[in-house]
Amino acid sequence: MSDKVLMKGNEALAEAAIMAGCRHYFGYPITPQTEVAAYMSKRMPKINGVFLQAESEIAAINMVIGVASTGKRVMTSSSSPGISLKSEGISYLAGCDLPALIVNVQRGGPGLGGIQPSQADYFHATRGAGHGDFHLLVLAPASVQEMVNLTFKAFDLAEKYRMPAMILSDGTMGQMMEPVSLDAGEIHEYDKSWALTGTKCERKPNIINSLCLQPEELERLNVERYERYKIVERDEVMYEEYMMDDADVCIVAFGVAARVSQNAIDKARAAGIKVGMIRPITLWPFPKKVLLDTADRVKAFISVELSMGQLIEDIELATRCKKPVLLCSRVGGMIPSTDNVLDKIKEADKIGGAN
Amino acid sequence: MKRVTIFSGHYGSGKTNIAVNYALKLAAEGKKTSLADLDIVNPYFRSKDSEKILSDAGIRFISSEYANSNVDVPALPAEAYAITDDKSSYSVVDVGGDDRGALALGRYVPAILAENNYEMLFVVNAYRPLTHNVQSAYEVMKEIRTAAGIDFTGIINNSNIGDETTAKDVLATVGYAEELSRLSGIPVKMTCVHYNLYDEIARTQKITDLFPIKLYIRQSWKSE
Repeated sequence: MSDKVLMKGNEALAEAAIMAGCRHYFGYPITPQTEVAAYMSKRMPKINGVFLQAESEIAAINMVIGVASTGKRVMTSSSSPGISLKSEGISYLAGCDLPALIVNVQRGGPGLGGIQPSQADYFHATRGAGHGDFHLLVLAPASVQEMVNLTFKAFDLAEKYRMPAMILSDGTMGQMMEPVSLDAGEIHEYDKSWALTGTKCERKPNIINSLCLQPEELERLNVERYERYKIVERDEVMYEEYMMDDADVCIVAFGVAARVSQNAIDKARAAGIKVGMIRPITLWPFPKKVLLDTADRVKAFISVELSMGQLIEDIELATRCKKPVLLCSRVGGMIPSTDNVLDKIKEADKIGGAN
Repeated sequence: MKRVTIFSGHYGSGKTNIAVNYALKLAAEGKKTSLADLDIVNPYFRSKDSEKILSDAGIRFISSEYANSNVDVPALPAEAYAITDDKSSYSVVDVGGDDRGALALGRYVPAILAENNYEMLFVVNAYRPLTHNVQSAYEVMKEIRTAAGIDFTGIINNSNIGDETTAKDVLATVGYAEELSRLSGIPVKMTCVHYNLYDEIARTQKITDLFPIKLYIRQSWKSE
């Protein structure tokens, strides 16, 4: 038999987390991420792990803080409204310098919104989902296979830099079924001497805390954290280029928007339009440098997104508005069609004067 | 053939798409057919999405009138009693996934058993991880049987890995299906294959009762 299996994105993510060594899951059901919790509820008891349906999203994220403090791999998952509820706890994780995985399978908003796919939590994820100065590592899968690979990556980076990581998925990625290879990624061992594992009267107690009432000290902690962020921005940017070698127009899109864009690019290329795509895989750190470099050789960018114009701001910032950035978006649970994107490619291609 | 055909199975095993294909086949043979969507668990990839194709084929489609609406509550319409009450029509029943989905079938079971003119089919895909081995598939089968309160009469082998499925991948699951049949005492009634693979697999003559199917679910992110 083929060594691939057919999985929903949500299930694949859950299995990948288990393979990555996660034995603690705390969550609360919400469409369209419920399969993550359902899958964990079936699998965790069989492997001596913990599945716990908390009384609320807030309780779940605080349970995550508890396990993360002990240095164990831990995760929670939810969809947009539930992630809002978790935001306080996410900020605490960042303030405590704790690694953990938070999964957001986005749905349309604001408010209760709908249950169809969306990318409208882009700002919320990339600006630090909560109060205070901080960042999350934000990874955006564009296939079921990447739901697996990036889950491994997210746990790894979170531990490497002692910070929370988010998989920013959407209803399509969560619900779509695709062939997937459950090839385990590598699990690296990182220093966990900070973890609360019991002193056994042999060492000084470790303290995990985000409260710091001395302003000088709190400033120092913030500055130190941002020094670490600089290393992440330098070393951990991930993106994928598609047909960019001779492109006059550059699409920037992630997740399901990148899937649709790829189809549109194939159609546009068939019609002789030189268009390509830079697909950010890490949304934070954002692929700023490649976009700035690209701005010197294309005549326009297109931001394809399932939100009212959020990703577009990062493209404009990264490229310092050197070239026009057009917006192609559908919202509320709608997905841009190939033709929506194709029309925008044609519009961008009419912009004169490359370079 | 039996008047009522029930498709049940593990979540994501392909029940809905097979039910739609099966109903269309009956209608194409000129049989008066209805399709009842009893999936009150999963709000995505429902037979409701194929409503137009079904109605164009003259198939009576029965589902919650609130499906895909703001009041999409897990409730079933009174019309679903037509499954057992309207004996002039063939009934195809699309049951929700796993034991949780199968619970909804329970209220129709006494009448289905009384009429005793049904097939209760277990749809299984060997490439789904939670039914990847025969033993785990058998466990799912028993859970559904307990929840639904009705014995299976057949197994449908729907083993596939989506777009990447080859004839070899399907043929490799013949032994799996036979073993599940031995373990459960339930015969394999049908092997579903994408119509693109039908000829290649039919030529091998290794599978009888091949059922060629098309994909009717919406996947707007895919190229045409």
